[in-house]
Amino acid sequence: MPASSQLSKERLVWMYTQMCRIREFEERVKRTFVEHPGVIRGHAHLADGAEASIVGCLATRHEEDLVMPSYRCHGYPLVLGTPAGKLMAEIYQRRDGVCKGFGGSMHLADPAHHFPTASGIIGQGIAHAAGAAYAAQVKKTGQVVYSFFGDGSSKQGAFFETLNMAAVWKLPVVFVLENNGYQAYTKIDLEDANAKAGDPLSQKAKAFSIPGITVDGTDPLAVYDVVGAAAERARAGDGPSLIESKFYRMSPHGNAITVPPVPTQFQEHEAIEVYGNKAEFAAAQANDPIKKFRAKLTGNGTFTDADAKKIEDGVKAEMEEVVKFALASPLPAGEEALKYVYA
Amino acid sequence: MPREMMFAEGIAVAITEEMQRDPSVVFYGQNMAMTDRDPFVRKFGKDRVRITPISETAELGIAVGAAMQGLRPVVELYMAEFMLVAFDEVVNEAPRLRYMSGGQVKVPLVFKAGFGFAAGWAGQHSNCTYHAMMGIPGLRVALPSCSADAYGLMKSAIRDDNPVVYLHHYMLMLDKSPVPDGDYLVPFGVADVKRAGTDVTIVATAWMVKKSLAAAEMLAKEGISAEVVDPRTVAPLDVETIVKSVKKTGRLVLVDQAPRHASAAAVIAGEVAEHGFKYLKAPVKMVTALDTSVPYSETMERYVLPSEEKIVAAVKSVLAMQTAAV
Repeated sequence: MPASSQLSKERLVWMYTQMCRIREFEERVKRTFVEHPGVIRGHAHLADGAEASIVGCLATRHEEDLVMPSYRCHGYPLVLGTPAGKLMAEIYQRRDGVCKGFGGSMHLADPAHHFPTASGIIGQGIAHAAGAAYAAQVKKTGQVVYSFFGDGSSKQGAFFETLNMAAVWKLPVVFVLENNGYQAYTKIDLEDANAKAGDPLSQKAKAFSIPGITVDGTDPLAVYDVVGAAAERARAGDGPSLIESKFYRMSPHGNAITVPPVPTQFQEHEAIEVYGNKAEFAAAQANDPIKKFRAKLTGNGTFTDADAKKIEDGVKAEMEEVVKFALASPLPAGEEALKYVYA
Repeated sequence: MPREMMFAEGIAVAITEEMQRDPSVVFYGQNMAMTDRDPFVRKFGKDRVRITPISETAELGIAVGAAMQGLRPVVELYMAEFMLVAFDEVVNEAPRLRYMSGGQVKVPLVFKAGFGFAAGWAGQHSNCTYHAMMGIPGLRVALPSCSADAYGLMKSAIRDDNPVVYLHHYMLMLDKSPVPDGDYLVPFGVADVKRAGTDVTIVATAWMVKKSLAAAEMLAKEGISAEVVDPRTVAPLDVETIVKSVKKTGRLVLVDQAPRHASAAAVIAGEVAEHGFKYLKAPVKMVTALDTSVPYSETMERYVLPSEEKIVAAVKSVLAMQTAAV
């Protein structure tokens, strides 16, 4: 019997709620580009489509376990307990932001909620996660580190070097390769040897003699089972695993790279904008992980339609307040820029 | 009684003492700790002392992650050029994460590497790369020139809560000099006047300090009194002590093993131009490597790098000059 079959009704409802929170938060980030032009600077990368994967993974955590994602990092801290208002305020460059306006969308961090940092440079965070796992191993804390990165990162030297070293050192880390089909704007079969050959990306694990498993990242319970087993393997001292979680990124890579005075804005998904493939995008929308999980939970009697609607309305109301809070937060004073250079 | 130590010994003793003092200090790198007979493995065990594959990005990145979670990693890199393979971790990860997190994390680590190997290592293993790191906010860069500084700067580096690039010069490794007794720490950002003088200030780092002191000895025989100032760390850089010396001598020769535009000397010259111009009786003179890669053949290598003779000639040239402004 899979471990997910033991999840309580409350836990399943919590999982659905967290998935809705990620989706609504990202929707509000995206809407900000239209409703409040200029409030979000630089580059923002959204996690819509990844909800089932993120929540399925994080539902397996023990309290002190660490989460180290890439720059596409809005979803995880929402689940870990960081106040959503502080995340939005950071993305809105405000003083009440979780990093006080020093980091922005790509560099969220909340160590108090087990999210030390996110690197904006592709693949480098994989090494940082292994380092956190090394600290856990030396200090014998029993922690497992969850390392999240995209399919694009798995072509970086940092990926290969780190997985090799983590395997040799038997580090307590779970490497979650989020395969969302695109390396930034590039379709995966144009740049990944496994994808081009029609093979799963999880077979990269063979190069390091560690377990490599591909899982349907649109099914939070399937993710829960696979990642949970990998986390317990790591915790038992048997070393890392590579999990390929497959889902579809519902938004483009990030907001379009615009040069002032052109305001930052979101375009159509690359499937349409670059490759003219409307059918692919429509199929992904039909396979929306939130809709699927909702149907599953109403179908098996975990909750009713009305219960689900109540959750969704609650999440919408929460994020409405989050946007208001972030907009009302003051901008940092210029001279604050000289803080935090050295410890 | 000060202890007589080889430069390399000073570094090793400092790391050993810090590992004894603080269980969060770990030490790893390639081709070290290979057997249980390794002295560091014997003392501290295989959790804290480890061998790594040839994977600089992972080695440095793992140090960054471990530092954020309470360890104080010292990574043995052997050659400063190997840091270039993983330069993102050195300049764009380790020193940025604290700042970008709004001060929520700290990254206390030491990237230790030899540099400047002027013994036929040719173009890729002889370089001086500190210029590319000394201007990175959040990073510290140490360049010891004697055993006491090698020991004391390593101790400060390990105890510092920030990422430190610790560069030890290969040509100094076997030099013996005294190290003060006890828990001797050399603070960052405090230059040391290695030889007092009145006619000219020579600023130099690492191996160039040794060459500058030899040049000063040669000049003394001709009645020229040179003051040799060693910044010891180029980040932070003790501009105040350098300007104070220039105020006294009125003349400045900057000696640097790097090519001219990739030198710490160019940065120091800029600081003195802004903060010490009124004290200068002659234009600043830079003695640096020539603008080539370092050649393999000894005759050519010697031609390219700064030497005692080049320093002596530079000092004499600034003594012969008089600025119009004075």
